[in-house]
Amino acid sequence: MSAYRRIAGSVRKTVLQAIPTMIGIVILNFFLLKLAPGDAADVMAAESGSATVETMAALRSRFGLDNPVLVQLGHYLNNLAHFSLGFSPRYGMPVADLIGQRLPGTLILMLAALLIAIAAGLLLGSLMAAFSGRLPDRVISVVSLLFYSIPGFWIGLMLILLFSVKLGWLPSGGDSTIGSRLTGFPAFLDRVRYMVLPATSLALFYLAIYARLTRAAMLEVKSQDFVRTARAKGVSPFVLTTRHILRNALIPITTMAGMHFGGMLGGAVVVETVYSWPGLGRLAFEAVMARDFSVLLGILLLSSFLVIVANATVDLIQAWIDPRIGTSR
Amino acid sequence: MTRQKSRSYGGEIIDLATPSPEAQAPVGTTTAQPRWTHIHAPDVRATAPASGWRGPRRELKVFFSNPTALFGMVFLLIVALSAIFATLFYPGDPMEMVARPFLWPGQNGDYPLGTDSMGRDVLAGILHGARISLTVGIAATLLGLSVGIAIGAAAGYFGGMVDDLLVKLIEIFQTIPSFVLLVVLVAIAQPTTATVTVAIAIVSWPTVARLTRAEFRAIREKDYVLAARSLGFGHARIIFREILPNALPPLIVTSSVMVASAILMESALSFMGLGDPNRVSWGSMIGAGRDVIRTAWYLTALPGLAIVFTVLALNLIGDGLNDALNPRFSEDR
Repeated sequence: MSAYRRIAGSVRKTVLQAIPTMIGIVILNFFLLKLAPGDAADVMAAESGSATVETMAALRSRFGLDNPVLVQLGHYLNNLAHFSLGFSPRYGMPVADLIGQRLPGTLILMLAALLIAIAAGLLLGSLMAAFSGRLPDRVISVVSLLFYSIPGFWIGLMLILLFSVKLGWLPSGGDSTIGSRLTGFPAFLDRVRYMVLPATSLALFYLAIYARLTRAAMLEVKSQDFVRTARAKGVSPFVLTTRHILRNALIPITTMAGMHFGGMLGGAVVVETVYSWPGLGRLAFEAVMARDFSVLLGILLLSSFLVIVANATVDLIQAWIDPRIGTSR
Repeated sequence: MTRQKSRSYGGEIIDLATPSPEAQAPVGTTTAQPRWTHIHAPDVRATAPASGWRGPRRELKVFFSNPTALFGMVFLLIVALSAIFATLFYPGDPMEMVARPFLWPGQNGDYPLGTDSMGRDVLAGILHGARISLTVGIAATLLGLSVGIAIGAAAGYFGGMVDDLLVKLIEIFQTIPSFVLLVVLVAIAQPTTATVTVAIAIVSWPTVARLTRAEFRAIREKDYVLAARSLGFGHARIIFREILPNALPPLIVTSSVMVASAILMESALSFMGLGDPNRVSWGSMIGAGRDVIRTAWYLTALPGLAIVFTVLALNLIGDGLNDALNPRFSEDR
């Protein structure tokens, strides 16, 4: 069976499984948000401070908030079928545009955090496995458990305190220097400087998980026959670790990385609040505070969709790393 | 569906039936297993309940000879005691102004950890905050465990249509990013201690349900379950007396990690201003200290350390439990 057909089969299966999940999520979210006290018209009226009953009714009918719930759900589903996420009364712009503005920021932040977490986690995990049972193993294991226990927002504040307030090395918030006219590589460096702290705060928790996973997976692979064969063949220890052990140990780690996508998105909500990072998480928080249901529905739906895409990507990566997977599932 | 792997725990079935007599599972079902061929059906009914609960002595011994797990236990005990006796040491409202603001730790002997921007005692806040963290953590875990076990057991035991439907439900809840859902739930229901607890339980039950389902599916095929079924035991009895006790070890390990993550979630919520506004919590103290981090960083650092050490203690206990209840893993440690 060719690798192409294997991957195509995996894609088809994932898509078929994802559709009912998506529909379930849309309906669940819609009814959840309908339970909320107060709607967008209430919030706008409170902000303007001079709303009459008539203007409230006008606002409601303008946004379709006075229709029966099922009709509203029907409208929403109909809009979704046309790839429209609705209109945000609060921001006065289509939800899809609003989310489109904020999404890249969050994705970049998450990607940076994921890279840091996986790279450092693999390194620490390999070290732990190499020194299994000895002092370095125990020290790293305690440190990783500590990382696992630190709340992301708190370490974020502590990093700001150390690197921005005390040392003045890195900026404390935002995503780029305001008003700077940098282009090309200097602009990229500027953005990296702003990203280091938030990405690190987000990464620490996952770094700990990957380090422990790598350690366990490598120890398990190490005891298998093909490793002994390779060693007997005269493969050098470095090649043995990277090509034979690590490659096989990667499978549980990619599985977990896919599963963590949703968790990381949640972590980004808090970290973005700390660093005033202009991303989806901060938008979600603002939407909750403003009771802007259409934005909130859009974010919940889109983030769930991203999780499904991430899981599918992981399936593909696994089918690529390990030829056995596509055929057996 | 091999996705669900909770930390180092592989989700395999654990066979506790090692030769030593102390190592028997809580309910006498495994006692009957090796001797099954010699036993006539009525005897099983007679002997199984009689053998009773001998206590997991070997597991306790392993757990208490683990220095890091012991450290976790001791620290958690200190937190629990300070939560219980918080009202004894500081009978007043911890949100009341007691001294001049911004006293640094050690500056005034009456307020060993200083005062915040409103002149409230930081130590009183941390002691009272332990109450919220522990109550929410433990209550949310108990709630999440019961819902998760009920749904996971039904899915794993009955299989078929029930399983398909429940797995879909679990999948929906696992796909929605849980912290985003948590924020939405709490914002909708208005933040109080009770709603925060229920919301955390709602986002944490799917993990338990998956784990329980996997265990039940594996154990359902065991001979002693078949035996129980052929004796005409009802579904409830097979689920609660035969399968559940043998599925417990991984759930016990998970529960201590669940308390830890519930505490983390509660603190993140109250940091963002979505906690109970009438009660002091570690997260809300950090949120309040954040504005003055340049001048009075101890207001952010101290409650954070309380969270870190409490969560660390729970994770150390979780590791210790994992080693004690899962002998296969303890060897390579």
